Amino acid sequence: MGKVVVVTSGKGGVGKTTSTAALGAALAQTGLKVALIDFDVGLRNLDLVMGAERRVVFDLVNVTQGAAKLSQALIRDKRIETLYLLPASQTRDKDALTEEGVAHVVGALREKFDYVLCDSPAGIERGAQLAMRFADEAVIVTNPEVSSVRDSDRVIGLLDSKTVKAENGESVGKHVLITRYDATRASRGEMLGIDDVLEILSTPLLGIIPESQAVLRASNVGTPVTLAEPANAAARAYFDAAKRLQGEELPMVLQAEKRRFFDRLLGRMAA
Amino acid sequence: MRLFDFFRRRRSAPVARERLKVLLAYERANRNLPDLVAVLREEILAVITRHVRVRQDDVRVTMDRGDTKSRLAIDIRIPNGATIAGAF
Repeated sequence: MGKVVVVTSGKGGVGKTTSTAALGAALAQTGLKVALIDFDVGLRNLDLVMGAERRVVFDLVNVTQGAAKLSQALIRDKRIETLYLLPASQTRDKDALTEEGVAHVVGALREKFDYVLCDSPAGIERGAQLAMRFADEAVIVTNPEVSSVRDSDRVIGLLDSKTVKAENGESVGKHVLITRYDATRASRGEMLGIDDVLEILSTPLLGIIPESQAVLRASNVGTPVTLAEPANAAARAYFDAAKRLQGEELPMVLQAEKRRFFDRLLGRMAA
Repeated sequence: MRLFDFFRRRRSAPVARERLKVLLAYERANRNLPDLVAVLREEILAVITRHVRVRQDDVRVTMDRGDTKSRLAIDIRIPNGATIAGAF
């Protein structure tokens, strides 16, 4: 039986989809069988970030409604053969997803895969609640910024009340993944620090993803950053996070961008 | 003075941290309760409109939340010679 992990945040644009792709690829690169499900019905993007946008035939809604088999809708990654994607539908409305349908799909994937990563839509409405509904673990993607931290707190509240685990008196394993972190700005007191975020959310840390150009470059070309630029600081941080998700205990080192003196100089001037 | 401003602008993170702490303490405590302000506003307005016709625009409800106490202010403009709602 595989683990179901929801990647969620409340706030949009903090890096849920990017993180789902990067963590999924990092896990699959170790040989684990990984399925990624895009729950953002109507606004799918995981297919694009994974570079599979031209290979979508069937989607999550088709499968939940019985119009396609799960095996027909799953897209196998061209680079990592243990990595699969179940795309969201682009056209139908959000109510097309039913709890029974999602239960069936997640249940079937859990049988066949080691990890099922559910990429949640933004918000705290139905779609987001369905994405977290059957989760064993949750990755709460948070930017060190007030609105993101507040929304993460709301989502943590939902994870503790609206999931199957919570309703059965158990609890979803929660982990905060801080993305777009800029150590220099945090040390100057311009940005919330890691300790601030953790103290406020009182949830353990899965990883700190430094702000990096490589993340955008990876999205641009449709390859998870852990696959496109594995040596990059953000990619290394995702690899560490993937290991912690599997229960490994690693020291929390802040991965730093290896920048040359000249880049640094230019960066300073631009900032 | 400019030097002081410069210094102050830099350290905005502690302000963010304190604001979040206060806000989230409140939100967590009230997460499963109905919105008190909304309930009070509805009920107070219901009582008022039983006696006086007031337009939506003439009602101002403000809330100022403090650490231990909050202040709810309801300001209703009643036109002079307003009709009594039930008089018809």
